[in-house]
Amino acid sequence: MKLPDKQGHFGQFGGRYVPETLMPALLELEKAYNHYRNDREFKEEFDYYLRQYVGRPNPLYYAEKLTKKLGGAKIYLKREDLNHTGAHKVNNTIGQGLLAKRMGKKRVIAETGAGQHGVATATIAALFGMECEVFMGEEDIRRQALNVFRMKLLGAKVTPVTAGTATLKDAMNEAMRNWVTYIHNTFYVIGTVAGPHPYPVMVRDFQSVIGREAKAQHKKIEGRLPDVLVACVGGGSNALGLFYPFLNDREVRMVGVEAAGHGIASGAHAAPLCAGTVGVLHGNKTYLLQDEFGQIANAHSISAGLDYPGVGPEHAWLKDSGRAEYVSVTDEEALDAFTLLTREEGIMPALESSHAIAHVVKLAPTLPQEQTIVACLSGRGDKDIHTVADAMGVQF
Amino acid sequence: MSRIAGTFAELKKNGRKALVTFITAGDPDLATTEELIPLMAQSGADVIELGVPFSDPMADGPTIQLSSERALAAGTTLSKILATVKSVRGRTQVPIVLMGYFNPIFSYGLERFAADAAAAGVDGVLLVDLPPEEAGEFKACADRHGIDVIFLLTPTSDETRIRTVATRARGFIYYVSVTGVTGVRSGIEASVANNVNIIKERSTVPVAVGFGIATPEQAGEVAATADGVVVGSAIVKLFEKHRGKELRGALATFVSSLKQAVDRG
Repeated sequence: MKLPDKQGHFGQFGGRYVPETLMPALLELEKAYNHYRNDREFKEEFDYYLRQYVGRPNPLYYAEKLTKKLGGAKIYLKREDLNHTGAHKVNNTIGQGLLAKRMGKKRVIAETGAGQHGVATATIAALFGMECEVFMGEEDIRRQALNVFRMKLLGAKVTPVTAGTATLKDAMNEAMRNWVTYIHNTFYVIGTVAGPHPYPVMVRDFQSVIGREAKAQHKKIEGRLPDVLVACVGGGSNALGLFYPFLNDREVRMVGVEAAGHGIASGAHAAPLCAGTVGVLHGNKTYLLQDEFGQIANAHSISAGLDYPGVGPEHAWLKDSGRAEYVSVTDEEALDAFTLLTREEGIMPALESSHAIAHVVKLAPTLPQEQTIVACLSGRGDKDIHTVADAMGVQF
Repeated sequence: MSRIAGTFAELKKNGRKALVTFITAGDPDLATTEELIPLMAQSGADVIELGVPFSDPMADGPTIQLSSERALAAGTTLSKILATVKSVRGRTQVPIVLMGYFNPIFSYGLERFAADAAAAGVDGVLLVDLPPEEAGEFKACADRHGIDVIFLLTPTSDETRIRTVATRARGFIYYVSVTGVTGVRSGIEASVANNVNIIKERSTVPVAVGFGIATPEQAGEVAATADGVVVGSAIVKLFEKHRGKELRGALATFVSSLKQAVDRG
């Protein structure tokens, strides 16, 4: 069975649950994407920018010291943190930016949580000469002041969102409202593998460069496929980017790591796959954090990029079909992993990526030394210094 | 014939247009909602839309967002709204349409909702984020229980989409007069009359126009072409300033002035 179906369904998940105003725009986007995804010139231009602008391929780094310390499987890190702008997000914004350009859209908008996707969108808007407006929850603006300033330096307008919980989900509501209003000239750059079809597919395709490179690099170093893939999951774009090229390699285990916040039992977490129920939000059917009446619940994570009550529909499908496993790690475990990787390897991971590392810390010692783990280091940790300092009780 | 179709047919027979008024169920509480439904009907509302509040109303402007927050804070749930409709049915036979987002209904269970809503006396359901492509299963449940599923068309809908919606439409078609979210606007877009006429040619059900209609003058202007006029945010704004007897007075006055304008249109 080929997934998704024509209307963007992965089994019961995905689809296009949007106001009528957006339907023609989504159909137009789908048509344009289906054309350009197979267009040689488009692909060459995308590859060109990934190589010359983003700096790909980035390394698959053998974390030897961490491996020895944990005393189990060999740990490889896919270094998305070394990309221009410091995270995997730019792979997708380059792709969508090139598409927007070809569709003649002069204005791009985006939602952002941690600010990484906002920065990546503001970056390509500067590069391609487009007007850019980024919607960001007021609470996140406070947590990620550095990225807010970065976006402004890049020429973007950052619009604070005060509605609801003033975090990522509300920023996405506001971006949708803006898109509904300015649909004639605006391209909505969604930052993750969620939202209405074709976004989950399109973002996955643009991000799957992560997995394609990792596969080839691992093969070159180890002469075979890796045993386990590990990546953090908020909306799930870096995870799906890593997993997707391995979907048909049944012997490769895939583990997505959600944010358990203060612990699943506390209720203050961001782990819809581990502890959510099926519902519809932001244009797609997926696992959500919600109450018994279908009202969306607040997510909590120390990492702003994982602080989202939903998840991409293809992850929901991979969970239900059993092809991928989903686990969760707490704020505290993520902070410990942040410190560990910084001290052992001299690599400061983003708090999002620290969740993946935290699971590697648990998993590696349980596996034999001949096995390998590829973990996605989705972004660098500079942006989180203030949050980490706060958590450690350090004042500047 | 459904109660909605009957109402539109009766009005048409007399050469009149329908006034559709929107309030959020549970703002400020459901006891008030229950009082206001018959009051609006007496003041001239031909169809009443009850907003089912949702935590993430992505097609609504600030007025209805805040109204939804007030309703949710007051503990409003879908089952309590159905109980309110059931209770008010002893006092009025005005057609009632529930309007909102899909998730609270999906969470309730589609078949269970359709059965309970029909039993309560709900006539139609309009879900902003459930386009015809995704509405199959829900529409089947609603059809089984005689509930009209009302679809939206917008200025961006092309010929194909107009036909898709026209063939599935029950009750009435809701034409969204602006490319944008709900909320008060200063004027009516010039394209409305033309687009409404195009839709009317292709549809067997009446066409009501909503989003951004705030004053009796605008309502009258729209009523010249449309079969019905929907007023939402401008009514909901009254809830920001008034409570109790004052709210009832303000609402009755405003709804009658809208009805007079619609009748003149």
